[in-house]
Amino acid sequence: MTHRPRSALGLVATLALAASLGACSPSPDDTSLTPAGPPPDCAAYTAYGDLSGTTVTVYATFIDTEGAEYESSFAKFGECTGAVIAYEGSRDFEAQLPVRVEAGAAPDIAIVPQPGLLATMVETGKVRPAPAAVSKNVDTYWSASWKAYGSVDGVFYAAPLGASAKSFVWYSPAMFEAAGYEIPATWAELLALTEQISQAGDVKPWCAGIESGTATGWPATDWVEDMVLRFAGGPTYDKWVSHDIAFNDPAILEALTEMGKILRNDAYVNAGIGDVQSIAAEAWTDAGYPILDGQCYLHRAASFYQTNWTTLDPSIKVGPEGDVWAFPLPGLTADSQPVVGGGDFVAAFADRPEVVAFQTFLSSPEWANAKAAATPQGWVTANSGLDSSLLASPMDQLAFQVLSDPGVEFRFDGSDLMPSEVGAGSFWRELTDYFALGKSEQAVLDAIEASWPKN
Amino acid sequence: MDFLLHPSGAGQKLLVMLIAIALFVAVVGLLLTLLSAPKRLPRWLAALGFLAPVLAAVGFGLVWPALVTVANSFKNKNGTEFVGFANYIRIVTEPQFLIVLRNTVLWVVLVPVLATGIGLLYAALIDRTRFEKLAKTLLFMPMAISMVGASIIWKFVYDNKVGLMSEAYVGLAHLVGQTVSAPQWLMNVPWNNIFLIVVMVWIQAGFAMTVLAAAIKAIPEDIVEAGRVDGVTSWQMFAHVTVPMIRPTIVVVLTTVAMTSLKAFDVVRTMTGGNYDTSVVANEFYTQSFSNQNKGLGAALAVVLFVVIIPVIVFNVRQLKRSEDVR
Repeated sequence: MTHRPRSALGLVATLALAASLGACSPSPDDTSLTPAGPPPDCAAYTAYGDLSGTTVTVYATFIDTEGAEYESSFAKFGECTGAVIAYEGSRDFEAQLPVRVEAGAAPDIAIVPQPGLLATMVETGKVRPAPAAVSKNVDTYWSASWKAYGSVDGVFYAAPLGASAKSFVWYSPAMFEAAGYEIPATWAELLALTEQISQAGDVKPWCAGIESGTATGWPATDWVEDMVLRFAGGPTYDKWVSHDIAFNDPAILEALTEMGKILRNDAYVNAGIGDVQSIAAEAWTDAGYPILDGQCYLHRAASFYQTNWTTLDPSIKVGPEGDVWAFPLPGLTADSQPVVGGGDFVAAFADRPEVVAFQTFLSSPEWANAKAAATPQGWVTANSGLDSSLLASPMDQLAFQVLSDPGVEFRFDGSDLMPSEVGAGSFWRELTDYFALGKSEQAVLDAIEASWPKN
Repeated sequence: MDFLLHPSGAGQKLLVMLIAIALFVAVVGLLLTLLSAPKRLPRWLAALGFLAPVLAAVGFGLVWPALVTVANSFKNKNGTEFVGFANYIRIVTEPQFLIVLRNTVLWVVLVPVLATGIGLLYAALIDRTRFEKLAKTLLFMPMAISMVGASIIWKFVYDNKVGLMSEAYVGLAHLVGQTVSAPQWLMNVPWNNIFLIVVMVWIQAGFAMTVLAAAIKAIPEDIVEAGRVDGVTSWQMFAHVTVPMIRPTIVVVLTTVAMTSLKAFDVVRTMTGGNYDTSVVANEFYTQSFSNQNKGLGAALAVVLFVVIIPVIVFNVRQLKRSEDVR
């Protein structure tokens, strides 16, 4: 038995090597930016001081091209101040951030995509309240409601960064022109146009799809939020989101029923795809494509849906004279313009001078302009200091116009603000059943109300 | 030495990996060298040396998490307050969870019965035929496909535009002179549960067939011979000789498949995500814990699964022992 240790050792070594080869996957997401190149125009950056030799770690959801666009928007800050901005993007951000914070390995800066997650992070006690300079920037360039979305229990923590506007209806300008249709200015006109299209021929007016893997149902929640904001109004919307009124309040029932007038009418949906039930099965990413084949006239989707068109075919032109374009989903009257949107927020887990400086930079118009210049399409902010001529795509310009218009009644995406049992659970599931199983409006709302966490 | 904890760049990471492997080899090697020198060590110490890593792994990896899960199931969603049996009461009273429990019962009854039934019939039919090997391979093949892979395949089968099943349905309707469009099979309550169960049966029937075919082969030749001499029909041979002789194996297969279907997660997750009233306990446990961030309710569902599965496992182990005794 004397040979046993050696062979056992060999076996162990082989196994260990095999295991480590399997477990060791490259992590290409983290890269660092180092100052390089000729000294750029740093006038706007002198206020941040000399930060040579310091590093700020940034953690966010953006990867690949999107991540690179963010990194290049940080570049000038690094060049002018000497600070190294170490950016890391991850698809698992939402799951990984709490783990990292709990483990004591929090990044300096996290770009949090929902206020709900921000609140969870604040509960850990590790998030620093926003420095005075950030607060001042936000007061100057954002509306008060945006500041409130970045606050938890009255304390302002996180400045808003990017934003998205969701209340748009996509259409084909050429098809509208050929058929002589006008862009509707009110909800009643939209319903009338819908009826007119369905009377006119074989083409159904609307196409829709809410399938999104395990997140199936979320596009429908945006629809409902739009309806609640229109038919119940902003104040009721806020109470509904914070559960000061029941989820199945009669005002919400009215709004959902109004949505059903379009989306649950087999004469109006689901153009080129199927019947009402097919809405639940159609991937949201593809749901607008029948417009390109002339199979449907209208598709309600967020401003960021523009990327889906160009993903399908880079030659598709998004613009007022292009292949596809969007108009804001109308309000009840021609002069009301309610918009539901989303955004991300900059939370800081450290208060070293370089972190504060970078945080302040992110809340400034300089960063917003740098980001706009670095992004060909698909990014917009509610920072009113942004020079909108830097936005390259017409859709981003339209979204920015809507977001920065003080006459627009803006509300944050309600499902992002609700507890995750509802906002990422029963709200999705029940709306999916609303289309898939034909559940009644009342049954849908009752089930969501029942699922609202009691403690 | 900061790079040991925060390696940056491929070179440092590779170095850290090598150091970790070297450490692992050194520790295990040291342990084995020490323990395999029996003259210097008392037996109990050697035994402890071999058992301790396993006990530690089972203790920290299995027993401790199980205890924590049980404790969490009596707590609220953040695990900050005790709420007594509130989570369990929700599971047995709220309609949404009652559907989950109903579906789980459907799975646990139908999958083992159908998979074992099909496997047994198939095994008996092909036993000692010319095509035995090929036939066995055909039925066994789905076992080699991962559950997620199988689910994706079947999702295409059920697709109402391009799916095989939809094509067949439309074609058949056409034959009898009807023009129909295929329904959304997976949204067709309550049949959609059956459509999902079919996927699991498709995977598990091969396993049942293989084990049962081996058991049939092990039936002593003299018993079969005696039956033949007495002039039994094929059916009598199957019902009165084959089945009674392999009864313990049938029970083991039934219970093993039952355990697999209790844990059915991949199929439901991949095909419907638990939508359209098709969720089962294993899927709901994941959804509650990780999507809804309700750790308490998720833990309670895990405990329910655990408690339900215990009698099946006990029965399974007993039958396994009995069938080994027979041999």
